[in-house]
Amino acid sequence: MCLAVPMEVKHIEGDVADVEIGGVRKQIRLDLVEDKPKVGEFVIIHAGFAIRILSREDALETIKIFQDGWNLELL
Amino acid sequence: MGGTLNSYDALRDPARCRAVLDKIEETLQGQSLRFMEVCGTHTVALFRTGVHSLLPKNIVHLTGPGCPVCVTHEAEVAAYLEVADRPGVIIATFGDLIRVPGPGGRSLKEAQADGARVEVVYSPFDALKLAQDNPGDKVVFLGIGFETTTAPIAATIKVARESGLDNFLVMPFHKLVPPALDALLADPDMLIEGFMLPGHVSAIIGMTPYMPIAERFHLPAVISGFEPMDLLQTILLLAEMKRTGKPQVINNYKRVVSDQGNPKARAIVSEVYQPQDALWRGIGAIPGSGLGLAPAYKAHDAFEVLGITLKEVKPIPGCRCGEVLKGVMPPNQCPLFGKVCTPSTPVGPCMVSTEGSCAAYFKYQLDVAPAA
Amino acid sequence: MGKKLLLDYGSGGLASHRLVAEVFFKHLKNPILARMDDAAVLKLSGPVAVSTDSFTVDPLFFPGGDIGSLAVHGTVNDVAMMGARPLYLTCGFILEEGFDLDDLERIVASMAAAAKKAKVKVVAGDTKVVPRGAVDKIFINTTGIGEVIASPAPSGHSARAGDVVIISGNLGDHGLTVLSCRQGLSFEAPVKSDCASLNHLVEKLVTGVDTVHVLRDPTRGGLATTLNEIAQQSNVGIVLEEDTIPVDPVVASGCEILGLDPLYLANEGKLICIVPAKQMHKALEIMKRDPLGRKARVIGSVTSDHAGKVVMRTGLGGHRMLGMLEGEQLPRIC
Repeated sequence: MCLAVPMEVKHIEGDVADVEIGGVRKQIRLDLVEDKPKVGEFVIIHAGFAIRILSREDALETIKIFQDGWNLELL
Repeated sequence: MGGTLNSYDALRDPARCRAVLDKIEETLQGQSLRFMEVCGTHTVALFRTGVHSLLPKNIVHLTGPGCPVCVTHEAEVAAYLEVADRPGVIIATFGDLIRVPGPGGRSLKEAQADGARVEVVYSPFDALKLAQDNPGDKVVFLGIGFETTTAPIAATIKVARESGLDNFLVMPFHKLVPPALDALLADPDMLIEGFMLPGHVSAIIGMTPYMPIAERFHLPAVISGFEPMDLLQTILLLAEMKRTGKPQVINNYKRVVSDQGNPKARAIVSEVYQPQDALWRGIGAIPGSGLGLAPAYKAHDAFEVLGITLKEVKPIPGCRCGEVLKGVMPPNQCPLFGKVCTPSTPVGPCMVSTEGSCAAYFKYQLDVAPAA
Repeated sequence: MGKKLLLDYGSGGLASHRLVAEVFFKHLKNPILARMDDAAVLKLSGPVAVSTDSFTVDPLFFPGGDIGSLAVHGTVNDVAMMGARPLYLTCGFILEEGFDLDDLERIVASMAAAAKKAKVKVVAGDTKVVPRGAVDKIFINTTGIGEVIASPAPSGHSARAGDVVIISGNLGDHGLTVLSCRQGLSFEAPVKSDCASLNHLVEKLVTGVDTVHVLRDPTRGGLATTLNEIAQQSNVGIVLEEDTIPVDPVVASGCEILGLDPLYLANEGKLICIVPAKQMHKALEIMKRDPLGRKARVIGSVTSDHAGKVVMRTGLGGHRMLGMLEGEQLPRIC
């Protein structure tokens, strides 16, 4: 279950953020994240709510791990 | 997709995936690996990407009770159909539930044809807007889902209470994953050797609830994303832990899941809900595996406000969904599969939901392989 | 005329005549229609292709089209897919009492523009107005009549092992546009319905390519459903290559967010063309020269294996089966 997609924060107003990915825009709720995201950060969206914030660097950094190894270093 | 997060290309790269597949075979040396995923989106991802078709014969992919739609009990369907048939009620629901059959095979689709007002929404917040726009009606949101979905619904109910939106009601059919895993692990017939853990549920609950899998039951468990590389690396990690005999719980989805999960989301859920027993279709009652509304929020509890109770329902005859959901039997070995029970004439919810084990097997069945 | 439609406008009396003159004739006029006889008398030669369809789309107006243009293009395309040249259309309207007259005029004007582009004449029509609630705003039925110009005419039964499957362009545009109107998605780049009449492209194909086995537009149910129908009708298997299937990246993103599969979304301006392998280059050449076929490409082939089934080779080199959906595809979350 659980469709969740990462989207980029474009604008914030109170508990609502305008987010975008791949040319698609949506308005989502921020009730479930502790700190408000900054414009340019990414949020993981599920059912119209952000459930996690990622800075651009974090997002790209964790992805980089994938590209190179087996991730066996996680063991 | 992924715009600036164009990791997705790397996560789908055929050459890299091939390399991981080879590494998995090398690690297992012909030994078997029976792993279970408990997430409908994992089921679909494994099939849709073709990863399932590429796994060697010694790896068995089992589909567990990971589809919250699948496990919605007939008694629960009967309860919300009873509400749907009432005048002055608008049912707001995720599209997933529309065709789930209740007693006698009746679903929201039939209720709609009989005049019930049913609106498909993408977010529970859309249902809140419906309640605002229809002050004379009761808008009843069908609260299904595991922990990922429960959090947005809890947040929505909180807003409803704070805005005094009395006509916004929820029927809580939420299920919790860790108690379901406990029930699976306690079953003596269980032949699972490792778990692919749900990615987005884990984003909420973190790693801690899964520790007993490794610590008490000595089985490896890996939190996984949904892209081909995610899936394959997870299987590799499970294979490696089988090889070394050192089971752990691993977070292999760090780009979305923090090891601690999301404490704020959990806090909101604890405020709005309290644990209770729940009925799982095909499995029966699992203690502490469901959620009901906390006393402070009872004004938004559709059961309370509309005077509904869950009534005893005769189980669907011949349906072996329970065994399929426990991973004891693959879908295509159920005697009803593909004959009496098909996507057009589903007997149990495993066939109804697009992510149900049986529907996924039916759709993506590999009885055909294209000529090379 | 007032702003809202009254029951009187369907009764056949003076109000009806005013409606016909001031809305329908104003936009749809042609010598046959202007005669206002009980029926149109047409001269046709050779085999005649006839198709009818009713249109109930919600919302009525969407980016790239509306219920009116859809009603014209949809039926023109059905006739064209038989290798026929569409010539005439009829249209019947069932209107709800209280329907906005400005909206009605917009829809009729749109139909007229679509008919002009397709070079078809509306030769007969009917209007009924029913009490509030008896219909949801407006339903339109169109019947299309055309002369078959391809010999043999393409048919769903004619796919043969060894044929190639060509699609004329991006998939899922119409389906996603309509669904996103209801789901609160908006797009930075224009995502709109691809609603268009394909008859001119079809005519070039059937006259320029020796044998076109199958022509079909993947409307309701999308590419996957339509190919399944063809596989079953022709009793052949179809293999698709996932990497070749064209989907606009923004449409793909929208589908991911809503949990939709673009292969099952409706297209209203695309066609599937199945031809013997040796006709592939000619067919592609003709399609790419047409504005509606610029992105045409081969996406798969027909085989004698797994008759009646459609299989897709995934980007990873694995495979999966593309079955038919039970009903309409709905956005999902779980």
